[in-house]
Amino acid sequence: MENEKNILEVRNLQVNFKTYAGDVKAIRDVSFDLRKGETLAIVGESGSGKSVTTRTIMGLNASNADIASGTIKYKGDDLLKKSEKEMEAIRGQDIAEIFQDPMTSLDPTMKIGRQIAEPLMVHKGMKKEKALAQALEMMKLVGITDAENRINDYPHQFSGGMRQRIVIAIALVNYPEILIADEPTTALDVTIQAQILNLMKELQDKISTSIIFITHDLGVVAGMADRVAVMYAGKIVEYGTVDEIFYNPKHPYTWGLLSSMPTMDTGGDELPSIPGTPPDLLDPPKGDAFAARNAYALKIDTEKEPPFFKVSDTHYAATWLMHPDAPEVTPPAQIVERQKKYADMQSKLVQTQRTTGPVEEEEEQQ
Amino acid sequence: MAKYLAKRIFYLVLTLFIVITVTFFLMKLLPGTPLTNQAKLSKSQIALIYEQYGLNKPVWQQYLLYLAGAVRGNFGTSFQFSDQPVSYLLSSRIGPSLQIGLQAMIFGVIIGIIVGSFGAMKQNTWVDTSATFVSILGISIPSFVLAVLLQYYLGLKLGWFPIAEWGGFIYTVLPTLALGATPLAESARFVRTEMVDVLSSDYIELAKAKGLSRTGVIYHHALRNSLIPLITIVGPLAVNIMTGSMVVENIFSIPGIGEQFVKSVLTNDYPTIMGLTIIYSFMLCVVLLFTDILYGIVDPRIRITGKAN
Repeated sequence: MENEKNILEVRNLQVNFKTYAGDVKAIRDVSFDLRKGETLAIVGESGSGKSVTTRTIMGLNASNADIASGTIKYKGDDLLKKSEKEMEAIRGQDIAEIFQDPMTSLDPTMKIGRQIAEPLMVHKGMKKEKALAQALEMMKLVGITDAENRINDYPHQFSGGMRQRIVIAIALVNYPEILIADEPTTALDVTIQAQILNLMKELQDKISTSIIFITHDLGVVAGMADRVAVMYAGKIVEYGTVDEIFYNPKHPYTWGLLSSMPTMDTGGDELPSIPGTPPDLLDPPKGDAFAARNAYALKIDTEKEPPFFKVSDTHYAATWLMHPDAPEVTPPAQIVERQKKYADMQSKLVQTQRTTGPVEEEEEQQ
Repeated sequence: MAKYLAKRIFYLVLTLFIVITVTFFLMKLLPGTPLTNQAKLSKSQIALIYEQYGLNKPVWQQYLLYLAGAVRGNFGTSFQFSDQPVSYLLSSRIGPSLQIGLQAMIFGVIIGIIVGSFGAMKQNTWVDTSATFVSILGISIPSFVLAVLLQYYLGLKLGWFPIAEWGGFIYTVLPTLALGATPLAESARFVRTEMVDVLSSDYIELAKAKGLSRTGVIYHHALRNSLIPLITIVGPLAVNIMTGSMVVENIFSIPGIGEQFVKSVLTNDYPTIMGLTIIYSFMLCVVLLFTDILYGIVDPRIRITGKAN
């Protein structure tokens, strides 16, 4: 499945954490691709393995992490086979990361100009003055007002939103091929969230980077991502384009996630939620890990793990409900509504395609 | 900054005044007199001596007279060394004490930082365990025990260093080691704990994500942030060294003020005790002022600025 358009190919990744209680199977056979210039959102609740996945890509896992199997191919080379020295050269140069909490991710005792300039000095061997000049440009690019005067300020002199802009500047200063954004807006208040997301989209166009966007907030995904992978208990359970996931979800877990997202027309007093808690990854259940919380679970779900079933060329879901022999089930009302909208959209699209010839969607599906 | 310094100096003077007052009256409560062999002296002789040193006046008058002299820089003459002014007696002795104290401090803190950092970087390995062992030893062994052990093994058995006496640098090695053990242990313990904390913080993760090497991360980001709390204990460590020096100077017969202090208290040499107390308090105040300024240099969050914001 070598593909020129893929900048990153993760295959059959398995990561365990050795603890006193035993091995925590944090990532259980995860595969995905990241295409050039796209934004891939990885969605899932806490503990589903989103952050471990990105940390493994960066080679920054805790010392008790054990990569049991898999490959992470970046430009054809397996990152998992690289030495620490080689990974240092890649980090901050080819692959950069934005962290969740801007309040703690900047060094409190270093001037921010120097912090932004550091990747340039490390990777490009720039002298401090030159690196600082470029850092200043970057500060302007991420929208820090009065950058000339603020370059010598310390992190505590900035607000949370401004600090996240600085973190973004640090990540993008070397124009990385891949930007990993690990819940970059979770710690910010809602008004700032939108600003930061807009900034990221804007910069993505400017420096043409690919983004892996980690989040538990589906609301954020809709505006940001091109494709979405839904993770549950260390596995990807469904992936597809953002429209396919939002309007034609197939996995009951995705149904649950979408239903528990409040919308303008969510009525009633109760906010829908997925009952139960994620399984203990020290001893993952046999079969589908989501079965215990799944109102639509079949008998086979507790016995055998579902493979990926194809929904479309770009859309796959790992649920036995997709098996030809599975009984027909009706998803929650909200999902049915979404699917109806999607069907409408698709038929409109087909009509326009007939009249105006192939559009972009065609190219996606190759 | 100037305003801040002026304020601090005012407090320093105030502190010294309080220390002088308290010490003066405490000293007068000590049993005994400055006279070594009172039984051999007649009443009139004693009265004469008391008259000569102003000891026959009421205590509050003596106190006021002392203050008046001290303001003018006159700290009286020593009782035990007849006719030696206290200021002369002490200024000739402060050099060795300062040298040993500073050497012990610098040696202890620097080695402590190194030991602590290695402990933190190699957390839960044998390096860490030995670093912890060293600091527990250093904290629990009193400096005078260590002094005697050093004299016996490095001085007597191996003959590497002179045991006592005062000459060149070689004579300062053993006292420095003995005095420096506690600062070493304390700072190693502090730096280790702090660096373990700092190494797991988000900005270290970000530094790694930038592609910095392990040493780059430690040197540029972890060290400075781990050193901030260390400054807090520099003051207490200085006190520790000062009190430790009283005993250690005696053991190594170093002609310093620590040794002088012990002698003076034993002989009720009031002016010398007062003079020494003032010197010790002054040094401590200066160390504390110094650490406060150092704080601002290392940690920009508490930098003292003259600006209103």
